Amino acid sequence: MLARNLVRKRDFYAGGLMILFGLIMALKGPGYGFGTLTHMGPGFLPTILGVILAGLGIAIAAPALRSPEGEDEDILPEHREWWAWACILASPFAFMLFGTYFGMIPGTFACVFVAAMGAREATLKSTLILSTAITVFGVGLFSYALQIPMPVFVWRGL
Amino acid sequence: MIGTAFADLWYGFGVALEPQNIVWCLVGVLVGNMVGVLPGMGPLATISIILPLTYGIKPVGAILMLAGVMYGAQYGGAICSILLNLPCHPPHAVTCLDGFPMTKSGRGGAALGATVFASFIGASWGIIEMIFLAPVLVKAALQFGPTEICSLMLLGLLAGATLARGSPLKGVAMTLLGLMLGIVGTDIETGSERFTFGMTHLDDGIELIALALGLFGIGEFMNSVNQVSAVNAGYAKVTLKDMRPSKEEMRRTIAPMFRGTLIGSLCSLIPGTGPTIASFVAYATEKKISKTPEKFGTGMIEGVVCPEAATHASVQGDFIPTMSLGIPGDAVMALLLGALMIQGIVPGPQLINEHPDIFWGLVASFWIGNVMLVILNVPLIGIWVKLLAIPYKYLYPSAIFFVCIGVYAANNDIFQVGETAVIGLLGYVLLRLGFHPAPILLGFVLGPRFEENFRRAMTVSRGDLSVFVERPISAVFIALSVLLIALQIYVRMRPKKNGTIQGADQSISYHLRDDAYPIN
Repeated sequence: MLARNLVRKRDFYAGGLMILFGLIMALKGPGYGFGTLTHMGPGFLPTILGVILAGLGIAIAAPALRSPEGEDEDILPEHREWWAWACILASPFAFMLFGTYFGMIPGTFACVFVAAMGAREATLKSTLILSTAITVFGVGLFSYALQIPMPVFVWRGL
Repeated sequence: MIGTAFADLWYGFGVALEPQNIVWCLVGVLVGNMVGVLPGMGPLATISIILPLTYGIKPVGAILMLAGVMYGAQYGGAICSILLNLPCHPPHAVTCLDGFPMTKSGRGGAALGATVFASFIGASWGIIEMIFLAPVLVKAALQFGPTEICSLMLLGLLAGATLARGSPLKGVAMTLLGLMLGIVGTDIETGSERFTFGMTHLDDGIELIALALGLFGIGEFMNSVNQVSAVNAGYAKVTLKDMRPSKEEMRRTIAPMFRGTLIGSLCSLIPGTGPTIASFVAYATEKKISKTPEKFGTGMIEGVVCPEAATHASVQGDFIPTMSLGIPGDAVMALLLGALMIQGIVPGPQLINEHPDIFWGLVASFWIGNVMLVILNVPLIGIWVKLLAIPYKYLYPSAIFFVCIGVYAANNDIFQVGETAVIGLLGYVLLRLGFHPAPILLGFVLGPRFEENFRRAMTVSRGDLSVFVERPISAVFIALSVLLIALQIYVRMRPKKNGTIQGADQSISYHLRDDAYPIN
C-alpha cells in the first residue's frame, strides 16, 4: 500500500534524485584528495556540497513519506508527448552526426527535420518545406555572414 | 559627487552613442521586444541563443546588446499581457488582471500608453539609483578580502535560491546542483580533473551556453511542445491615437506610477527578490490603498501601471549588485555576468575602474534603449502581434537549430551540442519534479569564484572557520543569511493566513500555474 502511494509522489522522486546527486559527489569527492581546511584538496568542496545536497534531498523527500495521499502529484504531465520529446532530444544528435560526417547543410536539414516531426499536426510536406527554408536561411546566415568554420558540405565517408 | 556622476554619465553617453554601439543596442532591444511577445521563449533562452553571436563583437557592444534584449523583453511582455491576456513572463502576470479587461472595454491602447510611460519612469529611477549607488558600493567592496567575498556570495546564493518562486528547499538544492556542475572540469589550483568521468571534452568544464540553452532552451521546448495553442489576437488592433490615455486616466496614473517605482527599487535592494515579487507586491499594495478595491480585476489603470513601473525599476536595480559587486541576483544577471567573463572581463568591484567604458556605457545605453523602446513600441506592436500567429510547430524546430549552431559556434566543438541535449533532458526532469532550474545558473556562475575565495580565506586564517563571524563585515553577511533562513522557516511554520500578498497570490494563481510558465 505504502509503496503504491510513493510511486505517485513527486517530492519522493525529487528528493531521491538530489540524494543520488549528493551521494555521487560525496563518494567520489574524497578520491580527488580531501586535504585539510588550511590546505584544501580538490575533493574538499565537492564532498561537503555532496553531503549537504544529500541532506537536502532527505528533507525534500521526508514530507512525502509522511503525508498519506499524493493523488494529484503524478510526475508525468497530463499529455505525454513521448514521440515529441524523443524528437526534440534526437534533433541535436542528428545535427552532431550529419554535421560531422556530411557538413552544415545536411546537419541543419536533419536537425530541423527530426525536431519538426515531433509536432502532432506535422505532415511530411510541411516538415520538408520548413527544413529546407531553415537550411537555406541558416547556412546563409551562419556560414556566409557570420563565418562559422563548419564545412558547408563534405563527404567523410562512414 | 553629483559632479563626478555627471562627468561619468557624459562619458558613458559618449561610449553608448558610438555608431556601432547604438546599432547593437537597437538590435538588442528589437530582438528582446519581439521575443518578449512570443510565448514559450523567455529572455533567458534568447540571451543564450544570441550569446555566441556576440563573440565577434567588442565587449561593450556585446553587453549593451544582451542587456537590451533583457529590458526589451520587459516591454514586450507587457504588450502580451494587456492585449492578449498571455502572461508570457511571470513579472507581467499581474498586469493581465486589469490590463486585459481594459482591452476588452476598448481602453487597451490607453493601458499600453500609460504602461510604456510608467515603465520609462520606473526604469529611469532604477538607472539613477545605479549611477549613485554603484560607486558607493564599489568603494566599500574594494575593502573586501576573500572572507567577506565568500560570505557575501553565500548571502547572494541563498537569497537567489530561497526567494525565487517555489519551495525554498528545492531552490537551495538547485543552487547546490549548479555549484556541482561548476566544479566539473580541471581544478585551477591543482590541475586535477574532477567529475569528468574520463571524457576529455569535459576537461574545460561544462560550457555556460550549453548549460543555459539546455535548461532554458531544450528543456522549455520539451515542456511546451504540442501544448501552446493558437493565440486569439482579436483585440490586438491598436493605433497610435488609441495609445493616448484620457486626462482622467493620466491623473489616476501618476501616483501609482511613483508608488510602483518606489516598491520596485526597494525590492531590488533586497538580494534575490526579482521583478516578479516586486510586481506582486505593487499590485497588492495598490489594491490595498485603493478606495475601490472591489473594482480591481475589472480594468483599473492603477493595477496596470503600478506593477509595470515596479518591474522596470526592479530590473534596472538588479544590475547594481551584478555590476558593482559581481554578485548576480538572478539567472538573467548570472548569464550577463557569464557573457562578460567569456569576453575575458573579471566581474567584481574593480570592474567600474578597470572598464569604465563597459559600466558607464551600459548605464547610458539603458536610457538610450528605453527611449528607443518607447518610440518603437507604437509602430511595432502590430508586427509583433502578427508574429504570434506563427504556429509553435514551426517555431521550436527553428529554435532548436539556433541552439545547436549557437553551442557549436561557441567553441567549434560539436561535442557540446550533445552536452546541451543531455542537460536539456535533465532540465525537463527537474521541471517535472517541481524544481525551478534558474538557481542552477546562479550557482554555476558563482561556483568557481566561491571555491577560490573560500580556499584563500581558509589559507589566510589557517583553517579557522570562525574568521567568518569574527570579521565584522563578513559577520553582517552571515547574520543576514541566517536571518533569511530563519524568516523562511517562520513563514512556512506560520498557520496559513490570507495576508495581502497571499491574497494577490491566490487571485493570480490562475495565471501562474507552475506548469504553464515554469522557467523565467
